[in-house]
Order: sequence, then structure tokens, then C-alpha cells
Amino acid sequence: MSWLEYTAFIGTVLALASPLGTYLTCVCERRRTFLDPLLRPIESTLYRLLGVQVGQEMSAVTYAVCFVAFGAGCAVLLFLILMLQRALPGGPSDVYLTTPMTVDLAANTAVSFTTTTTWQAYAGENTLRYLSQVTGLVAQNFLAGAAGLAVGFAFIRGIARQTAATIGNFWVDLVRSLLWVLLPLSLVGSLLLVWQGVPLNLSPYTLAHTLEGRTQLIAQGPVAALEFIKNLGTNGGGFFNANGAHPYANPTPLTNFIGMLAICALPAALMITLGQLTQRLRAGWLLLSVMVVLFVGGLAVCDHAERATPPRLADLHLVGGNMEGKEVRFGIGESTLTTVVTSNTSTGSYNAQHDSYRPLGVLVPLTFLLLGEVVFGGLGTGVYSMAMMALVAAFLGALMIGRTPEYLGKKVTVAETRWIALYVLTGPMVVLVLTAFAVLTHAGRAAVGLNPGPRGFTEIVFAYASCVANNGLALSGLDANNVFYNTTTIVAMLAGRYGLAVLALLAAGFFAGQRRVVPSAGTLPIDTPTFGLLLLGTILLTAAVSFLPALAMGPIVELLQR
Amino acid sequence: MRLAQQLRPAILSVLVLSLVTGGLFPLVLFAIGGILFPDQAGGSLTLLHGTVVGSRLIGQDFTGPEWFQPRPSAAGNGYDGTASGATNLAPDNPRLKEGAAGFAGARALAAQYRRRNGLAADAPIPIDAVTRSGSGLDPDISPANAFLQVARVAEVRKLEEDAVRRLVAQHVVQPQLGLLGDPRVSVLELNLALVRLQQQPTVGLPAAR
Repeated sequence: MSWLEYTAFIGTVLALASPLGTYLTCVCERRRTFLDPLLRPIESTLYRLLGVQVGQEMSAVTYAVCFVAFGAGCAVLLFLILMLQRALPGGPSDVYLTTPMTVDLAANTAVSFTTTTTWQAYAGENTLRYLSQVTGLVAQNFLAGAAGLAVGFAFIRGIARQTAATIGNFWVDLVRSLLWVLLPLSLVGSLLLVWQGVPLNLSPYTLAHTLEGRTQLIAQGPVAALEFIKNLGTNGGGFFNANGAHPYANPTPLTNFIGMLAICALPAALMITLGQLTQRLRAGWLLLSVMVVLFVGGLAVCDHAERATPPRLADLHLVGGNMEGKEVRFGIGESTLTTVVTSNTSTGSYNAQHDSYRPLGVLVPLTFLLLGEVVFGGLGTGVYSMAMMALVAAFLGALMIGRTPEYLGKKVTVAETRWIALYVLTGPMVVLVLTAFAVLTHAGRAAVGLNPGPRGFTEIVFAYASCVANNGLALSGLDANNVFYNTTTIVAMLAGRYGLAVLALLAAGFFAGQRRVVPSAGTLPIDTPTFGLLLLGTILLTAAVSFLPALAMGPIVELLQR
Repeated sequence: MRLAQQLRPAILSVLVLSLVTGGLFPLVLFAIGGILFPDQAGGSLTLLHGTVVGSRLIGQDFTGPEWFQPRPSAAGNGYDGTASGATNLAPDNPRLKEGAAGFAGARALAAQYRRRNGLAADAPIPIDAVTRSGSGLDPDISPANAFLQVARVAEVRKLEEDAVRRLVAQHVVQPQLGLLGDPRVSVLELNLALVRLQQQPTVGLPAAR
């Protein structure tokens, strides 16, 4: 039954890719769109206000500096809001805010939300004021998402342009991403969520008198303001502790489907934008196809693992799949679909608790995190996540046939290779070093208590993999709100966001300076199934070489234990 | 382009764009959403005789035999609407099956479910009846779970079993648009329907205020 839904989902993403990709091309290149009459005046007002010179383009270095400076500014602002939130008016009242906003938790949350990670070491309903959720978190969901999209645009321009010294203006890309993409889509999407039942109020927590004569206190809030943009901006942090599993955050299978579409549609469409602007449309579709192949593979494995009754419970005569940590309205189908979508896209807005997934069910999202968010990927950041791997594949392919490596009409020379190699190594290095550090220290091990053995180790790897991928998914058995994890995950999030984006931008700067090469008989074709297979192998082997030992000690040994 | 020139946009963009996205956007959303969907925006609260008895979306606990009962819950001490959460127990963690002090495992939950509903010790039961949901606030149970509780509810309430079974069947929500999600039954809606079916205030019902 679920395969009907899976097919409908992938079909919709692919059907939207071309029209949305064309629209994003217009946004990127400042071409006319149907929203221009409304938005152009707002756009120019904003530029005047901010002091942005529209015509002034930036080198890759300047672009990267602006991107980092903007992120730093946002993080400082969010940190201040969180530290001062007790002074903010409105609900929920202080008695419910039982988790103290310590300096390390505020810093962790500030970095987490400004890097689109939205790793949450706290529970929303007993930590945050409504106003901190709205002015702090909602704003950063927009801004971090838009900044990511801006970098994606700049990266595409770098490859598309010829003998250019610049790759665009960060402030212009940022403002246009907000005005033309995130704000209008979020307005419509958020209203759809309210229609389906997501609350949008500033009321005190509701006291209900149940039919049985008892009472139930129900957390409220401006939930709908956050729940759509968290997906569209590929952020993922929820209003409540249970995130997308909470019936107020995600009340119906339809809201879940809309959320999953909001996550995947734009990153998928950006592959078409990449193809259009580099005049290699087929190469864009090929990248998208490779993504779909990986997506379907992961979905098949995860669905298979979760649909079976957990073997340990076999003698209890239970009927149905692994429903521990899952909601009835989503069942196994929408739960595993959401697992595969959110683990792939830097989003992490889960609707089921992954620590209660079976070993194979955990292996799938963990693998996707470690692959570096290449399947659709984060908004904007997914462009270079996949393109960088394609560059590696083109490099390897060209070496095999003894040609100069080329991709999308650009030569991959020593200068670019240096940044690409550093890019590929950053993720594994940070994940593995931090995991080793955590396992070797008492503070790192002390957080593992609920689930002992290999699952405990998996929880640690998963945490750092998630933070480097700027994803935010967690195996929540790990007790992460403490100084050790709050600080070490900050390192991982910063490396995954700024480390990777800066390297990608620098590579894009070098590509922009090149002239586009005309394909010849000796060029390795980059839009054939053969190249697709090469790319698939490159993605899987690169991750396997780095992470197989760590995976073997975690989910794989757990799988073999039985 | 000089870097120093970027200082002003860097500082102002953080402030101005935060204001637009964290101030203006929510205000517009509140204005439109509040007018179009006031009930949903307020939390989909359900009233009976003027009293809020819960939210249609948020699961709540029912323990008496005269009620359809929800899944076990890990939110606070069970269905705590201010502490959503799950057990986070791995499937191979012995605690999940055997339980621990103050925590009923799947084995105990299954035995209790069979005892309450008069089922044989090896009668197959739907897994949602003995597992805790992701939020701890799951409002739904599977149709199979609801149908297994029909005999008990009918007996305690002195109703025709067929009438109660029909009521459950009417409350089965099919996958949205025919393909999204799994069939489900909302426990609160079903219990409210029971109350309406009997057309009289049930024992323990709070007085209207």
C-alpha cells in the first residue's frame, strides 16, 4: 500500500522539478517572474535600507566572507534573544519553562538554528517562550535557509560563468531568496497547515477536563508559524519536543506529505537550475536520477526493516510492524518515507523516533547523513553536495580513460582539485575525530545510558554525523543537553556549514574564471547512465572508505548480534 | 569590492530581515490564519456541555473499562500535553519487552490488554496496543485495536455489541486522498460518540461550568 504513496511522492517531486527549477533560474538571474510587480518595489526598498549596491558583484572570497559574517550576526542575535527570553512577555508562563537556558544550551541552539542544523538539545514546550520561538527561531529558519539558497545560486553561477571574476552579490541573493521563494511559499504552506489543524495562537496552555473526570494540560503556541518554514528552509527543528510526531505540529498524513514535499521540491529543482544555467540540462536530470536511485534504495531497505514485527517481541503474538516510537496516523509508510526524506536533506524534522528503529532502519538514515546529504540535500547547499561528488566522479573517470578531467564544461585542474579534496575529507574527519573524542572521555560516554552496547555507540556517531550534515536528526536516547555535547556539536555544525560552503564557493570562484570547454570526442560524457553509475559508485565508495569501520561497530554489529 | 563596505549590509540585514521574517511574517499569518481557521488556530478544542474536554488532535488517557483506551504513552506520566516524547528504547533493549521499575514492558502491556478485553493468552493483538508512540500524544489507535475493545465497552455500558461495532466502523478514518497514511480511529472522538449515543451524562463527567 505504501508504495503507492512513495510513488506519488517521488512523482510529485520530479513533476515539480522542471517548473520550479525554471522559476529558481529566474530568481537567480534576476529575470522577470509573475511576482515581480508586487516584489520589485519591496526589493529595492530593502536594498536602499541595507545599503546594498545591486550592480556590485563579489569575488568568491568576498561572497564567502559575507555569508559567514551574516551567519555569525544571526547567531549572536539569536543567542541574545535566548539568554534574555525570560524578560520577553507572553506565554508560556515561567512555571512551565523547566529546562534552564544555560549559556552552553543557548550557544548550541544559536549555532544550530543559524546553520540550518536545528539540532535541539531542549524540549520546546518546556524551554522556550512563544516570542523566542517566533522572533528567534522562525526568523532564523528563514534566514539560514535563504543564506543556503544564496550560496547554491553562487555556486551554480561559478560553474555557469566564463572568464568571470565574480559569482554574484550575497545580499541580493539573500533578499531575493527570501522575497521570491521562502516568504510567499511559506505563507501559503503555513495556511495549509493551519487548515489541517496546526495551532496558531499565543494562548496559555489549555486545561481540559476529560470525560473520565481528570484534567489534561495541553501546550499551545504559534506552532504553524514555524512548522512549514522548518521544512521549506531544510532546517527541521520543531516547535515541540516530539517535533513532527507531535499531533499539533503534524496533525494529518496530508500535513506530513506537504512537509516532505516542502523539503525535497526546491533542492530537486535546483538540479534543473544547475542544468539550465550551465546549458547541460541533461546533466542536471542525470544528477536528479542518481538521487532518486539512492532515495528509492534507502526507502526499500528502511521500509523492509520497519514493516516486520521486531523479532524480540515475536513470542508476544503481536500483529504489525515496529510501531514503538511511531504514530498510528503515519503508520510504517509515512514514518519511513519521512526518515529517508529528512535524513537526506539537512532537515531532520522527524515524525517517528529513530532510536526505536531496528538496526537496518537506523543504518539507512545514518548512511544518508554520512554520504554528505547528496540526495536532494539542504536548500542551496544540496547543489554543491552533489556537484562536488560529481566533480570527483568526473576526475576519477577521466583518469581511467587518460583525459583531462572536465565537468559541466569546466576543467578540473590542480587548483580546483585541492578544494574538492579538502571538501570531501572535511566531513569524515570531523565526524570521526569527534566520535573518537566522545568515546574516549567520561563526559562523552556518560550521555549514553538508556540504550547500552552498539546502539549507544551508534547514538554518538549519529549525533556528530547529523551535526556535520547540518541535519539535526538524533537518536534521542543520547542525553545531549550537557556542556560536552552542547560544545562539541557546535564544532561539528560550524564545520559542516561554513567549512563546506566556503570550500565550495572557493572552487566555484576558480571555475568562474575558466572558459567553457566545448565537448569533443575525447570528453567523458556526463549525462549518460554510465556516468550515473560512476557517480553512484563514487558516492558510496567514498563514504564506505571513511565510515565502514564506524558503521561496523554500530548498526552492523547490532544487526549481526541476533 | 572592498570588504569594509560589507559591514553595513551585514549588520543591517541581520536586524531588518529578522524583523521581516520573525515579526512581519507571523503577524500576516496570524491575521489571515485567525480569520480563515479560528477553530484550528485555537488548537482544535472539543467542548461538551460548555467544558473543554480536550483537543481533537491530542491524545488523552482513558483507563476505565467503559471507555475505548488509547496506546500506552511516554509523555510525562502518560499523555502529558506539556511533555511530548517517546521511550527512545532500541528494539533490542530488554527494557522494551520486560519493563523496569515503574515502566511496563511490552510483555506486561500485552497481558493486561488481553486480560481487560477477555482475549486468550495467545490471541494475536495489534502492535499499536502495546507500543508507545513518537509523541506520547497519539490521538489514534488502529481499527483492529478499536474493534478488539468493542465487546468490553458494550458489556460495561450495557449496549448492543453491534451498535458499538457500528460506531467504531463509522469512526474509522481512511487514508487521506485514498493513499496517505494508515487507517485509524480517534479515541477521543469515539468516546465522545459513545457519550452522545447514550444521551445521558456518564459517571465521572464534569459538570458544565
